[in-house]
Amino acid sequence: MNAQANLASRPSKEQVIYANILVIGVWIGLAVLFITYFIYLSGLMPSHVDMSLITNNWDKGVNEYLEITHSPHGWGWVAFLGKGDFLNYIGFTFLALMTIVCYLVLVKGYIAKKDWIYAGIALTEIIVLSVAASGMLGSGGH
Amino acid sequence: MLNAFMNSVNRWLLTIVVLVLSCPVGAFAAEQALLGGGDKPWWYWPIILFVFCFGLGILAVMAGVGGGVLYVPLVSGFFPFHIDFVRGVGLMVALAGALAAGPGLLRRNLANLRLALPVALIASTFSIIGAMLGLYLSALNPDIIQVCLGATIVGIAMLLIFSKNTEKPVVTKQDAIGMALGLGGVYWDEGSRENVEWKTHRTVLGFFMFILIGLVAGMFGLGAGWANVPVLNILMGAPLKVSVATSKFLLSITDTSAAWIYMNRGCVIPLIGVPSIVGLMLGSLLGVKLLAIAKPKMIRYFVIVVLLFAGLKAMDKGLGLGILG
Repeated sequence: MNAQANLASRPSKEQVIYANILVIGVWIGLAVLFITYFIYLSGLMPSHVDMSLITNNWDKGVNEYLEITHSPHGWGWVAFLGKGDFLNYIGFTFLALMTIVCYLVLVKGYIAKKDWIYAGIALTEIIVLSVAASGMLGSGGH
Repeated sequence: MLNAFMNSVNRWLLTIVVLVLSCPVGAFAAEQALLGGGDKPWWYWPIILFVFCFGLGILAVMAGVGGGVLYVPLVSGFFPFHIDFVRGVGLMVALAGALAAGPGLLRRNLANLRLALPVALIASTFSIIGAMLGLYLSALNPDIIQVCLGATIVGIAMLLIFSKNTEKPVVTKQDAIGMALGLGGVYWDEGSRENVEWKTHRTVLGFFMFILIGLVAGMFGLGAGWANVPVLNILMGAPLKVSVATSKFLLSITDTSAAWIYMNRGCVIPLIGVPSIVGLMLGSLLGVKLLAIAKPKMIRYFVIVVLLFAGLKAMDKGLGLGILG
């Protein structure tokens, strides 16, 4: 592959930064998931919902399940971080937040390049994901 | 010696295939036992789920489909979990897999950000609507979702049978929107040892298709790789490698928005979620290694048959016919 061809097929700077953040974030997220699950199963921290209550009710719809197990919805789990079962949500949340973090880097890069169309697309995506993450949409259900 | 090794690997793969195939049967049998008053300890289902997802991860990689599309119909059909939790965890499974694959695809310039960003915005926005609609319908009557999911899965199996992807589609003229967005690029093809230049066409129609893809992904908790690839490749004219890689990367964005809706509603139970994610990811890692020595075509046909069966089972369950058990 000659130098010119090599240059043409090289990923953009934003793409490489995105990939670098993602790789670190994913492994941290999975490690957190693994550790918190171990804490949960080992009983190092007390659970809010008893295991038998979960297995007896996981065949019910989510609204009924939340009611029976007195579990929170939306970001309500944050108040239960002292409980082993809700500790697991740190890992889930970390993974689900990764895309928003990566997009913030993209917006900065596109603005620097004065690529206004893509800066706008990336910014709109951040808004869409943030609205979804906020719990404003459909986190109710009781 | 090499032949003996290959035979041994293929025998081993066949064992995995049989194990995964028999696992739903085992799960179903156990489910019946549970319904019949059998009392299983709490760790019974998470362990079965982990083993099942490990096998599923291997098969998904070798069949070239995402984990989510196999996970949702099979787990909702053969495990005792409500469809709400299966969809929530299915999205987390697809999301974790896509996030893990993303960095490698971006660094090799196979997943293209310029192509991914506009379609991701459309698909992720509509996957939120799909997720809300799906949760609303399952609150009304979960059988509606089961039947629609079954029909969609049968449709996906048909799509996998009949869609003929093109490795390097010919795009003679790029449309104005594609040109304005700069939808094109260059990637290094290891197979042909050359740089491949590409551009897209039919951008508006492609974007419209991502509205439908987002809706279906959100409503049923499926990763949408099965739909992304044909739209990017056959319809919009992106090369197959770019389409597959961009599709995988796209899932990390589309599934994020829908996953948030399900997670905020309380549809992700850690006891189900973590064994599923870890099992599928470990299985996928092994699947990638086995890909070089396996016969993926045969496994793809097998997965299509499993999908057809899972789709029909979901429809059977939703309609309450009881023909498939």
